[in-house]
Amino acid sequence: MLFLIIKRILLGFITLFIVSIITFVGTEVLPGDACTTYLERQAFGEQLEACYRRLGLNVPAYERYVSWALNAIQGDFGYSLSGEMPIKDVLGPRIKNSLVLASAAIFIGIPIALILGIITALWRDKLPDVAISTVTIFAMTIPEFISATLLILIIAIWLEWLPGIVIVPTDVSFLELLPNIILPVVAIAMIMTAHMARMVRSSVIQVMASEYVQMAILKGVPYWKMVFKHVLPNALLPAINVVALTIAWLLGGVVVTEVVFNYPGLGRLVIESISNRDLPTVQALAIILASIYVSINLLADLLTLMLNPRLKTLQIRK
Amino acid sequence: MTDTIQKVKNLSIGFRSKKGEEILILKNISTNIKKGETVGIVGESGSGKSTLALAMMGYVKHGLYTIGGECQFNSSNLLKMKSKDLEKIRGRKIAMIPQNAGQALTPNLKIGYQIDEALQLHSDLDEKEREKKISELLNKVRLPSPETIALRYPHELSGGQQQRVAVAMALAGTPDLLLLDEPTTGLDVTTQAHVLELLNFIAKDTGTSMVYVSHDLGAIAQVSDRIIVMYSGEIVLEGPSRDILKRPIHPYTHGLLKSIPKLSLAGLPESMPGTQPQPGTIQSGCSFFDRCNFSDENCKNNSPKLEFLKDLNTSVRCFNYEKLVNESQASQTVNKIKNKSQDKEILNLSEVSISYAKQKLLDQIFNRISDDNPTVKDININIKKGETIALVGESGSGKSTILKSIAGLLRTKDGLIRFDENRNLSSDLKERDPNDLRIIQLIFQNPDESLNPNHTVEEIIAQPLKLYFGLKGEELKKNIIDLLQKVRLGEFYTSRYPRQLSGGEKQRVAVARAFAAKPDIILCDEVTSALDVSVQAAVLNLLQQLKEDFGTTYIFVSHDLAVVRAISDRVAVLYQGRLCEVGPSNDVYKFPSHPYTEVLLGAVLEPDPDIKPKLVAEDIVEERPPEKGCSFQGRCSRIVGDICKKEIPPWQLTDSGNAIRCHIPIKELQKEQF
Repeated sequence: MLFLIIKRILLGFITLFIVSIITFVGTEVLPGDACTTYLERQAFGEQLEACYRRLGLNVPAYERYVSWALNAIQGDFGYSLSGEMPIKDVLGPRIKNSLVLASAAIFIGIPIALILGIITALWRDKLPDVAISTVTIFAMTIPEFISATLLILIIAIWLEWLPGIVIVPTDVSFLELLPNIILPVVAIAMIMTAHMARMVRSSVIQVMASEYVQMAILKGVPYWKMVFKHVLPNALLPAINVVALTIAWLLGGVVVTEVVFNYPGLGRLVIESISNRDLPTVQALAIILASIYVSINLLADLLTLMLNPRLKTLQIRK
Repeated sequence: MTDTIQKVKNLSIGFRSKKGEEILILKNISTNIKKGETVGIVGESGSGKSTLALAMMGYVKHGLYTIGGECQFNSSNLLKMKSKDLEKIRGRKIAMIPQNAGQALTPNLKIGYQIDEALQLHSDLDEKEREKKISELLNKVRLPSPETIALRYPHELSGGQQQRVAVAMALAGTPDLLLLDEPTTGLDVTTQAHVLELLNFIAKDTGTSMVYVSHDLGAIAQVSDRIIVMYSGEIVLEGPSRDILKRPIHPYTHGLLKSIPKLSLAGLPESMPGTQPQPGTIQSGCSFFDRCNFSDENCKNNSPKLEFLKDLNTSVRCFNYEKLVNESQASQTVNKIKNKSQDKEILNLSEVSISYAKQKLLDQIFNRISDDNPTVKDININIKKGETIALVGESGSGKSTILKSIAGLLRTKDGLIRFDENRNLSSDLKERDPNDLRIIQLIFQNPDESLNPNHTVEEIIAQPLKLYFGLKGEELKKNIIDLLQKVRLGEFYTSRYPRQLSGGEKQRVAVARAFAAKPDIILCDEVTSALDVSVQAAVLNLLQQLKEDFGTTYIFVSHDLAVVRAISDRVAVLYQGRLCEVGPSNDVYKFPSHPYTEVLLGAVLEPDPDIKPKLVAEDIVEERPPEKGCSFQGRCSRIVGDICKKEIPPWQLTDSGNAIRCHIPIKELQKEQF
């Protein structure tokens, strides 16, 4: 088991290493570089040379990669071009904001998704299922920029209950931030919950049709005991990986919602730094998002492994 | 009657078709289960036997509903009962032993918990007592070291052990009635015989009534006092076990018993024509009419009633049963097969070893296989043109593995596979040329999976014709129809999809596809084990006919020794990937000289209450072949000493050319038989 964990962690690092090379090479082969972008029309002669020296772009690419990678491991991603401030200072608050948004969406969304999914499966084809399934399919199909805009229109503009966009300094306390994030959280949670509820529904239905559930019924196990002991543990295992992917998506992939609400999260930073050709920041973001995906998936896999006795023995035997 | 435990009265269960018609799965079933008796319900797939057994627990599957009638237990109708009350009966009064214990045990719960759950629900024992009881139960079903077994998860046990756990779980509630739904189907012959013996013991020991549902008359014969034969949702015959098996007075049962191959009788049994009608297709007349050899006009227009014959103590649903009363089962006739093998060798395996071990990185780089104890080792077989050689053994004996290597699907570790005396077949499929591929064709066990569901029959058979012979247009069409006729399917089948065919028809299409390549050798991997008994004989007869027409060589893999007896000229017995015995079928079956052959043959169940299986060895499951010595040392009851553990036994030849690998001298081996 321990060996397996170590192996998976090592593989994770290899993945990150490959990602870092790809992003580094990618930014390298693009025409132009940080200095030409920054200096724009003054990008020639003495000034360009000076910029290269200052940013260390005058040494060969592999040397730059090594020094960049060594610094990155220690959390130092160098300087952002646009703001001329250390990238870690730019990233810090953004990561925090994204974490706040993601955890709020997770704490609201996942329990609701589980409950809805289980209800729809247990009352399959009956009224609760039909009603909830209609709503979830509806929520799934509306693109988030429409639902977000509608939320702003109704709740912020017509009802004036909550602010429509987020305009707060980056270092406010959680309580001050809270009213600002309600609408974005709702917008994200709607889609996420709907997806997950559908997934849980089909997974529970599948297990309910299994022979071991039929056996439990024929053994005289009371209905709810059967649901909690025989059905849910087996039905929810596959959900762990979906939850993991959702979390990763929440941290880096909710760009549209962040833009609509003007929310300063990681997703928007990606878009901003790409359009500003702020290559050092793009590199740093690529690595950070990749690490998030790798580590969350690793955690999910290990959790599944621990909870699924079948996988556990299989792995140990190997 | 006071001694009736379950009373089924005019029970009809069915579903509503898309057109809104009511389609019956069970038609007006009535029967009584008495205290302490074991009733066997036998029928082909789709006869409604499982639906009937589940109804006896008040359970109707999703999509089906009760149309009429009742299942009375303690004079209350289970089918109308609230689920709260049912929970108190299920597991406590009536318990179920499922077909596939591997699927029926909840994967995330330990064995001990699953039995404990039944005890918690159905007994007043406290925790300490329950713990003791779990051990007792596991002991009763003869599982080794109950304490450790209780802590394991279902997937950590073998198939036979899982089935025993299911039995223990059912016994936990000390039920008055046990329902067994194909409890031994899918188990190895030896394991099956042991589980049946255990069930017999439990029936005697606890006095529990049992309802034993199976398609296997052999298993039913071993356990039941009374037999109910079902066909197309109806009871067609019901009576004492011995009478039903010895003198089947319903044409269906008569034909069924005739179509089962027997160990004592070499040759192919007569087959029964046709298949069971789909639910809802019979409008009038007897449902067995179009397959019956005894039918007349009356049968076509009127449905017979179940009639109780007092002097025979049997109920029968047939107008013409009298024709059968005087005929007995002993009149079984078989088509003796002629050994058509020539002296010319067609395939030779020498020193073949095959390994499934995961290869180390270094070995992968150098493209070699290293494994000191491979799954299959030292296989030497010489196959003659036109013969049928059968590979037999339990699951894990390597018989399918060898087939895969001959087909090129699996690389061999060592050894050579030679075709036609001098042509070496590369062990890697990619390196074989098209002609090498053409000469060896495979027929798989399950035609549902081996036929592409999105291709019509025409496309399926056209593939090898196009691939190997480049046929096109009219000529292709002509060849396809020709092949279909050879497997006794009409021209109109060309446009059908596999899902529109019955199991037997699908397997015929698979046979036609194999013959389309005009192969020299056909590998048959358990080709009849997914088929119903009545269809099995027909497919075997077809294979034999085609072989005689084309002079093809068959390598036949099966776990069913009676089927092997019927069709093969020569038999090779395998244990743990090592050959134990090779010889002409007649000799292998007459003098099962190798201890393992003796075990296998002893465990065969025959549909005859007078032939009881002989359990010679324990049904232990070995994970890996032993490192040295005889492969069968772990289970052999006739070990002669240390030599069995240390040295690989030598090949010994009998006078008739039967080769046996054992340390015991031939003379002595044959003396101790039975």
